Amino acid sequence: MAGHSSYVPSNGFTRWIDARLPLPRLVYDSFVAYPVPRNLNYAYTFGGILALFLAVQILTGVVLAMHYAAATGLAFQSVEAIMRDVNWGWLLRYMHANGASFFFIAVYLHMFRNFYYGSYKAPREVLYILGVIIFLLMMATAFMGYVLPWGQMSFWGATVITGFFTAFPIIGDPIQQLLLGGFAVDNATLNRFFSLHYLLPFMIAGVVILHVWALHVVGQTNPTGVEVKSPRDTVPFTPQATVKDGFAMVVFLFVFAWFVFYIPNFLGHPDNYTPANALKTPAHIVPEWYFLPFYAMLRAITFNIGPIDSKLGGVLVMFGSIIVLFFLPWLDTSRVRSTAFRPIYKIFYWILVADCILLGWLGSRPAEGIYPTLSLIGTIYYFAHWLIVLPVVGLIETPRKLPNSIAEAVLGPDRGLGTGTGHGAAPTGAVTAPQVKG
Amino acid sequence: MKTLLSAVLAAGLLSTMPLANAQQDAVTPAPTQPEAGAAAPAAPAGEAVAPDAAGGHGGEAEEHHTVHYPLKHPASLDWSFAGMFGHWDVAQLQRGLKVYKEVCSACHSMNLVAMRSLGALGYSEEQVKAFAAEYTVQDGPNGDGEMFERKAIPSDHFPAPYPNPEAAAAANNGAAPPDLSLIAKGRAVERGFPTFIFDIFTQYAESGPDYVHGLLTGYGQEPAADVVIQPGTYYNPYFISGPALAMPPPLSADQVTYDDGTQQTVDQYARDVSAFLMWAAEPHLVERKQTGLIVILFLAVFAGMLYIVKRRVWDGIAH
Amino acid sequence: MSANETLEPTRRDFLYIATGAVAAVGAASVAWPFIDQMNPDAATLALAEIEVDVSQVAVGQSITAKWRGKPIFIRQRTPEEIEAAKTVSLDELKDPVARNANLGADAPATDENRSAKGKEAWLVMVGVCTHLGCIPLGQSGDYNGWFCPCHGSTYDTSGRIRSGPAPENMAIPAFEFISDTTVRIG
Repeated sequence: MAGHSSYVPSNGFTRWIDARLPLPRLVYDSFVAYPVPRNLNYAYTFGGILALFLAVQILTGVVLAMHYAAATGLAFQSVEAIMRDVNWGWLLRYMHANGASFFFIAVYLHMFRNFYYGSYKAPREVLYILGVIIFLLMMATAFMGYVLPWGQMSFWGATVITGFFTAFPIIGDPIQQLLLGGFAVDNATLNRFFSLHYLLPFMIAGVVILHVWALHVVGQTNPTGVEVKSPRDTVPFTPQATVKDGFAMVVFLFVFAWFVFYIPNFLGHPDNYTPANALKTPAHIVPEWYFLPFYAMLRAITFNIGPIDSKLGGVLVMFGSIIVLFFLPWLDTSRVRSTAFRPIYKIFYWILVADCILLGWLGSRPAEGIYPTLSLIGTIYYFAHWLIVLPVVGLIETPRKLPNSIAEAVLGPDRGLGTGTGHGAAPTGAVTAPQVKG
Repeated sequence: MKTLLSAVLAAGLLSTMPLANAQQDAVTPAPTQPEAGAAAPAAPAGEAVAPDAAGGHGGEAEEHHTVHYPLKHPASLDWSFAGMFGHWDVAQLQRGLKVYKEVCSACHSMNLVAMRSLGALGYSEEQVKAFAAEYTVQDGPNGDGEMFERKAIPSDHFPAPYPNPEAAAAANNGAAPPDLSLIAKGRAVERGFPTFIFDIFTQYAESGPDYVHGLLTGYGQEPAADVVIQPGTYYNPYFISGPALAMPPPLSADQVTYDDGTQQTVDQYARDVSAFLMWAAEPHLVERKQTGLIVILFLAVFAGMLYIVKRRVWDGIAH
Repeated sequence: MSANETLEPTRRDFLYIATGAVAAVGAASVAWPFIDQMNPDAATLALAEIEVDVSQVAVGQSITAKWRGKPIFIRQRTPEEIEAAKTVSLDELKDPVARNANLGADAPATDENRSAKGKEAWLVMVGVCTHLGCIPLGQSGDYNGWFCPCHGSTYDTSGRIRSGPAPENMAIPAFEFISDTTVRIG
């Protein structure tokens, strides 16, 4: 594992390279010989899928930038020229637009896998925090990318989101003007958003390298939450994990292709096919689906909290919903890592999932009737989950008995080395049962 | 079995995903608007009455009662370009072009569509050239610094009826007729839960042309007693942002002459021009679906092969 | 690593090779749109062929049309210019080939092969000096044809290079008089 390398250069050339720039050794140690727990399930394949989609977004983005014009008078037409006139432009743009959504689908599944299996707990705090930073960068990138087509939702989304900053007293307005480069969203805003939208993915790529590095230092978690103890607990990354990740990627790409080729506008908003008009707001401003839970929390605060007015309160709650994630490693008091062995927390975990879905739905609703109330309840649970449930349940809960090792969990306490006859679909022994119930 | 969790995770997240499509709930859930009815798009029929502003039905008085538009959902029609094997009905597109040219284009521009692309409607290069030559466009400046008029050529876009949006608004009581280039993608009536989830699997992506058709055929109905129609507007329960719109009923029977014997009804005109506008908004739609079929089949086969490889690689390794 | 022994590491059965081949085909197919998007788009291609109205071009006058981003000189030459061009023997020419896209690559650079077919007064050519791409000035230079101000190449009244560093006669694009007053270029 980390610390020693089993790479053996096979010929004169690779020996020569290895003595000068041991890149093949790095790749071999990281992606071939690297040991992964043998009991990883498909929830652990989203890291690879995310890497693939980062590549898809950067590649399609770079070629789209060859045709895009970042000027208010030209942006909309240039995007339509991509759709109509550029060779394969429709494909590249639909891949990029839907790719953003699928990037977020994958990242949310990746995050909820992490929450379920307690992957954020020691010693993986830095690995996890790097992940949250990637998530923040993704949100910024996606938001600025959505502004570029310069449709109605682009414009008004940018107006609303940069308006968050005006909630802060005194410094708010100057910050907003600084961000916009003017008094409203305009050409200067579009230009800088384009510049930053091009920059941020490469920053994401940089943090991803750190994320993978940290992963390879501490190793992966696994559904039991028991650390790897012996080589019997692991399989080499290649071919076992590679092929499994590859299969998951292709299945994910199948769903992606379904959207790109058949319902490419399903995840978009019709109003963005109307050019931006600074004098006319659409009937309902709705962010992209992946921001909806946060948008619901923003709108849930409709009342003043002491000296904090409702506008600032909403903004603080929204930012807080992400800030709180940075503290999970220290909020979680449980001795056990995996939720599969935590009967009480497991219930709350699924309530959290339901809560996030509910908030997402509420974010898409107009702010009327019962929706703001429901949003407030959902928001309260969201914070209560992290700030109260997570620490308290960890202290009062009696977890189920953990297996002694991954090998034991997979093979059963009486079984020997990893030459078990059973296929993966039929793990043996009662100790594996908890994962199944999850 | 271990995949169960990931599957559930996936299912959970997937169900949040399509919410993006939601913009405005015409099928308002019970708490706010108990009487709004027509949920299924296939049943846009008359029983979906205009919301009762007095709001007494459920027994609870609705204080801030928001009416959601459109009042009626458009019907889902059968379009040749729908679904996995969608294709253009070229004759229909040609008829739709005729309707656009003879009716809509008097007020509505189509700025993003170049006449050269009409070749996709089955016209020869010469026909496209002749079509373009019927229009004049402004060009210039010439050597004397003057702008001049010339006959349009295929590389020109459809000329707009008004020189600028202000002129368009001034000529139409302040309501500028929208550009039609993208209207079939820029208007969609929200489908509501759970229909929008089924739409992923049925590949329903025709809410634009359905809406346009619904609007064009939705005039002439009797508004409910409590619906206030502003002077100079025309009641249309299919209009997406109000009970009535500034556009008078644009189509009437036998208004446009069809050479191919197709019936000359308002409904037929509306279907044809909606299909044409879908083409105008998404000229590569059919190419996209044809490419998609190859990609989908490829990925299915590739996934199958990888799965077998994966089974073999993991053979004998309990996990 | 523990279970690796159960595999046969040297085995390269058909399935693995086939799957790898499918992956390679997929990757290659995906690459194509990313490359092809760099080719001229439909709007550019639509202007690859233009029609120019030359009804206003009197004898001894010329106009410059823009075609594929380059200037096209369209000149109705005077009888003197035609005569001057015709009397030049091919031996005097620096470049003896017509460089006319409407003719074969080896057509000699006679004035007949340089001027419009059946309309010897008309000269239609790409107004770009064949040296380094500057635009020559009309009715100037030692041969009263074109003179490139950049490096001093001179062309005669048939657009043929006569002196200076340029290697070739100015190019004649594919064109056709589709009527007496309209020329289609491209």
